[in-house]
Amino acid sequence: MASSHRIVTANRLRDGAVVYLTAEGRWSDMLACGAVVEGEAALAVLLAQAERSVADRLVVAPYAFPVTSGDDGVHPTQKREQIRAAGPTVHPQFARATGLPCATR
Amino acid sequence: MALVKDGAIVEDPWTRVADEAALPDGPALVSLVRWRAQAASLRGHNHGLGVVLANDETVDEIAGDLERFDLVCLEFPKFQDGRAYSQARQLRQRHGFTGELRATGNVLRDQLLFMIRCGFDAFEVNDPALVQAWQRALTEITVAYQQAADTRRTAIDLRTGAG
Amino acid sequence: MYRYDAFDHTLVAERVAQFRDQVNRRVAGALTEDEFKPLRLMNGLYLQLHAYMLRVAIPYGVLSATQMRRLAHIARTYDKGYGHFTTRQNIQYNWPDLEDVPDILEELAEVEMHAIQTSGNCIRNVTADPFAGVAADEFDDPRVYAEIIRQWSTLHPEFSFLPRKFKIAITGAPNDRAAVMVHDIGLRMVAGPDGQPGFEVIVGGGQGRTPMIGHVVRGYLPVPQLLTYLEAVLRVYNQLGRRDNLYKARIKILVHETGKEEFTRLVEQEFASMASENPPALPGGELARIRACFQPPAYADLPASSPEHDLALTQNRAFARWVKTAVAQHKQAGYAIVTISLKPIGGIPGDASAEEMDAVADLSERYGFGEIRVTHEQNLVLPDVPRKDLFALWQALETAGLGTANVGLVSDIIACPGLDYCNLANARSIPIAQEISERFADLDRQHDIGELKVKISGCINACGHHHVGHIGILGVDRKGVEYYQVTLGGDGTQSATLGEIVGPSFAGGEIVNAVETVVATYLAARGEGERFLDTYRRIGAAPFKEALYGTR
Repeated sequence: MASSHRIVTANRLRDGAVVYLTAEGRWSDMLACGAVVEGEAALAVLLAQAERSVADRLVVAPYAFPVTSGDDGVHPTQKREQIRAAGPTVHPQFARATGLPCATR
Repeated sequence: MALVKDGAIVEDPWTRVADEAALPDGPALVSLVRWRAQAASLRGHNHGLGVVLANDETVDEIAGDLERFDLVCLEFPKFQDGRAYSQARQLRQRHGFTGELRATGNVLRDQLLFMIRCGFDAFEVNDPALVQAWQRALTEITVAYQQAADTRRTAIDLRTGAG
Repeated sequence: MYRYDAFDHTLVAERVAQFRDQVNRRVAGALTEDEFKPLRLMNGLYLQLHAYMLRVAIPYGVLSATQMRRLAHIARTYDKGYGHFTTRQNIQYNWPDLEDVPDILEELAEVEMHAIQTSGNCIRNVTADPFAGVAADEFDDPRVYAEIIRQWSTLHPEFSFLPRKFKIAITGAPNDRAAVMVHDIGLRMVAGPDGQPGFEVIVGGGQGRTPMIGHVVRGYLPVPQLLTYLEAVLRVYNQLGRRDNLYKARIKILVHETGKEEFTRLVEQEFASMASENPPALPGGELARIRACFQPPAYADLPASSPEHDLALTQNRAFARWVKTAVAQHKQAGYAIVTISLKPIGGIPGDASAEEMDAVADLSERYGFGEIRVTHEQNLVLPDVPRKDLFALWQALETAGLGTANVGLVSDIIACPGLDYCNLANARSIPIAQEISERFADLDRQHDIGELKVKISGCINACGHHHVGHIGILGVDRKGVEYYQVTLGGDGTQSATLGEIVGPSFAGGEIVNAVETVVATYLAARGEGERFLDTYRRIGAAPFKEALYGTR
């Protein structure tokens, strides 16, 4: 079942870390902080912002991926994005907590 | 577009002539297609003659006529497409071409040394700022492990005192 | 082993400075990612799922204790305390920062190491028999030629922007431990009509999307002609290899589409021209210089057998079991080749912590001449262990957690990083390897099963070499869920065979049961002394399909 909710993600240029584009136009390493958009128009705005970040040498290779968004938070629908958000399943010591709400710092 | 030779931007006396156009009153650069069709009349051109090879055209086709060309242009449609490196070495090393060997297309600073080693001596570049990096690009790697079209002494030459 | 001279040192130092400048230009915006990507790939730097990944070259799988200690230091200092040994004898670090990479490369250069051309559309690390120079069955030492090819291919100006990556492997023994039949170019050392060593040249093998066994294009190539011939093959590939389709760009496709006869004709024609227009690319003086680096070490004059060792074999069953799997015959009397398993039960195949790397470095000096090898099955080798010291070595390995007696057995699994780490993956491979390993943990059972090579890839790119696994497992994505397809009967040795798909893929929860079923089918059918592969070749896939799916 295709989701119409999407988040824009990229890798941070300097350390390759997985980051998500927030509503404020920043890049956060927390999935929960990613701006969830619906529809092509809103996505186009985010992707344009992402391209500016590429030009500013903040991130590389931005793209959008589908999520479900509800009372239990935001979850990627694809295994690949689940692993990108949570860390390698075989190295729990490198896990990132995806269940936490967005913390602005 | 700037023409770079020996680390400096130079005037380009050549005119790239479309297949249907009349030859200019000056050095003329034609396609291989035109050379195939009109070699006899082109030979009579009163000025310099050059030919552009696409990177999937074979060098053997012009090998017998090289003394007529002052310029051969080879193409890098994308810098990742490295076919012209082979064409360049064949022109220089197999067929003894001594005229200007020009790199055109997606010509970037980080491939300059490879191009020079394969025998290119002229570069059509989009970014004239490339000349500022010229010296550095040419000298940042001084060791050559393998023979190519340039006269650089290889590591093997230097180790054995040969070359 | 090879030691850098002034030229080699200069090259790696200049390369580090060049890459440092390229990183600076990238960060400053003078290079776009499109322009930077091939440059960073040609220095081994990928962008993967969670972070950058740096692949450091271990030329033909040989390294010194000093170099291994430096790899440990880099794991500790710049990464998360571990590294991963790969199926091409290299090591990978999964978490470097971009701006640290020039420093990492500088520290590697200090110990004669680099990450040059471990990725990119260029000639990659030349791999070789991990038992090179010490194997009892060896005809000639392939390391000599691997080093020659390494230098010739480094920063080759004509072949740095090929249609696709290019992989060369070389074996000096009839028992092929380098998988030469499934490489872009495989070289098998053979004797010529005059008894002089030369090469059988095999072109167009490969795994991945369209696996193929290579074709012999030249039955005998004399040693002095090696580099010129390689240039001829590479030039034909550079000019004619497909550039329109990423998935059809390897030389195996060119050989397949051109036809072996025509391809051979093109190569021989180019070779003949090159040979006549150039002085020999490999002068005798340089060959002698490199060969001199690979002279045997100062072996002690040891008796062929050791009474202490023989006694320990009878007295200590665990030791005897380890010897059976880990020890291979050395050409020098009284010495042994030891393979160290990096496949602890339930562990991540091929991973080693910094502590483990340091331990292996120490052991290589205490029980050898300070040399270590990496195999393409993701294990390590100590090539020169006196037989009388095997017991002490084993005890030390056990203490370090490196004594698993499973080399060549079902839990000695080859697995790519898979979807846990890799951008290209469709499914995870490491957890499957761990589950299989745990299911078959019982060493008695493993030894009873005998030689069984399980290879797992997380996607069709086949970095886990599943096509040549006795049991191959390919992770696929079916509607967003990880499934696993089984192939049987693959073989990467001189009797190279591509595995046969047995049927529909299995869910993650079922694949280990499927492997159990395959093993049970083999055990029920096997004849006297038959390995899994032997039984499979005798009875075919049908009994396995029947057992797995209940149909033919």
